[in-house]
Amino acid sequence: MFETLSERLQAILDRVGGHGRLTEENIEAALREVRIALLEADVNFKVVRAFIDRVRGKAVGQNVLKSLTPGQQVVKVVYDELVELLGGSGHRLAMASHPPTVIALIGLQGSGKTTTAAKLARYFGTQGHHPLLAAADVHRPAAVDQLKALGTQVNVPVVGDADQTSVDICTTAVREAAERGLSPVILDTAGRLHIDEVMLDELRAVKAAVRPHHILLVVDALTGQDALTVAERFNAAVGIDAIILSKTDGDARGGAALSVRHVTGRPIAFVGVGEKVDALEPFHPDRLASRLVGMGDVLSLVEKAQASVDAQTAEDLVRKIRQETFSLEDFRDQLRQVRNMGPLDQILGMLPFGKALRGLPKDLDGEQADLSRFEAIINSMTPGERLSPQIINGSRRTRIARGSGTTAQDVNRLLRQYAQLRKMMRGLKGLEGKMKKGGIPGWRSISG
Amino acid sequence: MKFLASLTDRLRDGLRRSHEFLGGQLDELFASERPIDDSLFEELEELLIAADLGVLVAEDFKHRAREEVMFGTVTRADQLRPLFRRFIADTLRPAAQGLRLEHQPAVILMLGVNGSGKTTTSAKLAAQLKAAGRHVLLAAADTFRAAAIEQLEEWGRRVGVEVIRQESGSDPAAVAFDAVRAATARRADALIVDTAGRLHTKSNLMDELAKLTRVVARQMPGAPHESLMVLDATTGQNGLSQARLFHQGIGLTGLCLTKLDGTAKGGIVLRIHRELGLPIKLVGVGERVEDLQTFDADRFAEALVPVDQ
Repeated sequence: MFETLSERLQAILDRVGGHGRLTEENIEAALREVRIALLEADVNFKVVRAFIDRVRGKAVGQNVLKSLTPGQQVVKVVYDELVELLGGSGHRLAMASHPPTVIALIGLQGSGKTTTAAKLARYFGTQGHHPLLAAADVHRPAAVDQLKALGTQVNVPVVGDADQTSVDICTTAVREAAERGLSPVILDTAGRLHIDEVMLDELRAVKAAVRPHHILLVVDALTGQDALTVAERFNAAVGIDAIILSKTDGDARGGAALSVRHVTGRPIAFVGVGEKVDALEPFHPDRLASRLVGMGDVLSLVEKAQASVDAQTAEDLVRKIRQETFSLEDFRDQLRQVRNMGPLDQILGMLPFGKALRGLPKDLDGEQADLSRFEAIINSMTPGERLSPQIINGSRRTRIARGSGTTAQDVNRLLRQYAQLRKMMRGLKGLEGKMKKGGIPGWRSISG
Repeated sequence: MKFLASLTDRLRDGLRRSHEFLGGQLDELFASERPIDDSLFEELEELLIAADLGVLVAEDFKHRAREEVMFGTVTRADQLRPLFRRFIADTLRPAAQGLRLEHQPAVILMLGVNGSGKTTTSAKLAAQLKAAGRHVLLAAADTFRAAAIEQLEEWGRRVGVEVIRQESGSDPAAVAFDAVRAATARRADALIVDTAGRLHTKSNLMDELAKLTRVVARQMPGAPHESLMVLDATTGQNGLSQARLFHQGIGLTGLCLTKLDGTAKGGIVLRIHRELGLPIKLVGVGERVEDLQTFDADRFAEALVPVDQ
């Protein structure tokens, strides 16, 4: 998500940044473009208007125009305002002092509540909590079955029975959680239109019965200008504490995200980034703003790397590079780790100056496929071949290709890349020797 | 399309709500006697974009309005109202087409992103065809989402239509294959295949769908007879990208616009139709089975921009 908006903003800001001197006309022209870019990204027009006014107020000020790098100053103003718009530094759901903490998910039909409930349960599980899921959507056929199946996947107990009322299910769940020492309790409520009074009454009844600590509105990132109406009405009807943005892994431009937070004043707590149950991430407004203006999101990248690379493996790797014993098996481990970090295009999107990478193929699925293909090729080799690939001759190559469902060319490509990597590593080793005293910053952080 | 409940009021009821809520400001503008000037055009553009029409369609209408202003036929904001209604109807009239159900069985694929309403729409369509005296089968080809098969089966029980299914996690193309064979063997009139929701940017999932379509086409030349993308009316500009990629990947025969009973108007269909030329075959204006209807451009325009006021 956000890629198109990000590209457009960056192109506009690049042009502004290139000017040695800025006039009010330059800025006005750029702001007009920013306005259209935001509107096309589904940002609500009221929000766009307020945003542009604020940027104009700050950017046209004397300090900016007189500074040595006016263009950079404008980028900074836009960045600051985006962070402000998106909700500062992020939002964490506080746990109640008297457990169980009760979290209710509400939203339109099809916004992704049930899937999000399971993802949220899994997330809290990884944070050391013991959640309980309540399947309180008794209206949609088989919604209870769906949550139960998902609960099994994420290993979280689910209470719910399609024959009960949603109020009963929720109160039972909270009581059961208290008895079994489980928290938080995540309530998956039925989807409803924000103008359906009967269904809103049901929601009010649930709220009165279990008094949730957090009411989270699940908003589909694909939603257009209507997102704002939906958020406003749910907020008015039952009150919402935070927002979860679902389906952000498509190519939606995410304008809804920029709008709902502004209109309701409620922060975005999480974003859904894929279909799998682990595809839910805490939302960091500052990081997104940074990506939108092309400054990259190194923090998230580092966190991802830390989450998918364990320290021992990293240490082994450094030792192997030093001793020049980096084999194809180690190469395979590396490939796996890169894959664990997530889709390549997401990773690249987090690098600063992502615009420098614009020449790369837009669709990185091919590269992704290469990773799997390379892994298959290495898997089809004998241990001997993995340790000393130079023994791979024509007939071995044919066998490996056939075993891995690839071609001899693919095998060659892998071997070439491996050879290049070894060569690069020798270079790194030399560099390390030279810089022994100072050390290379990035290098050390991996090894230590 | 005689079997579909006649349009008329239901559509307008559903749409009236949307008009009341989101159309408020546009309505005010069209009710005022303000003279038309640049600031009015700017405001108009914003309000049109706020109805998800997108910058391009908003520009289209502005051009048309400017022409009228130049000829002197329009001078006040309230005169834009009928102009806008005509503009919507003219733009969408070629989009109003019925389902192709001549073949026996007519194979109808339901496609779309997650949560757009494929399963519900499949069931409603099945119920309506059945009520019209046709023999219908449903196929549960969403083998990915937890309990999706159970959801369709429950619907099948409610509307009295048989559901062809396999185990959860099985190959959706295999389900479709079985279903086409069953539909042929039982001389069904129509087979509605409910597929798994997928984001249009996931090329592997789009490939899976292309495979399903190929399997159906190989088994029955000419099939699928309808490949409908189900589109949630709340969808913004991204709807165009969805339609474009589904069209590229599978070849759509039309759109089915759902959830028009909310506050969103589905304005994005104007842009989709303008840029891709896809017809709109069905609209969903409520929860009941009869709330699924054929699309009528004039009524749609009328509901969005009522004559009175």
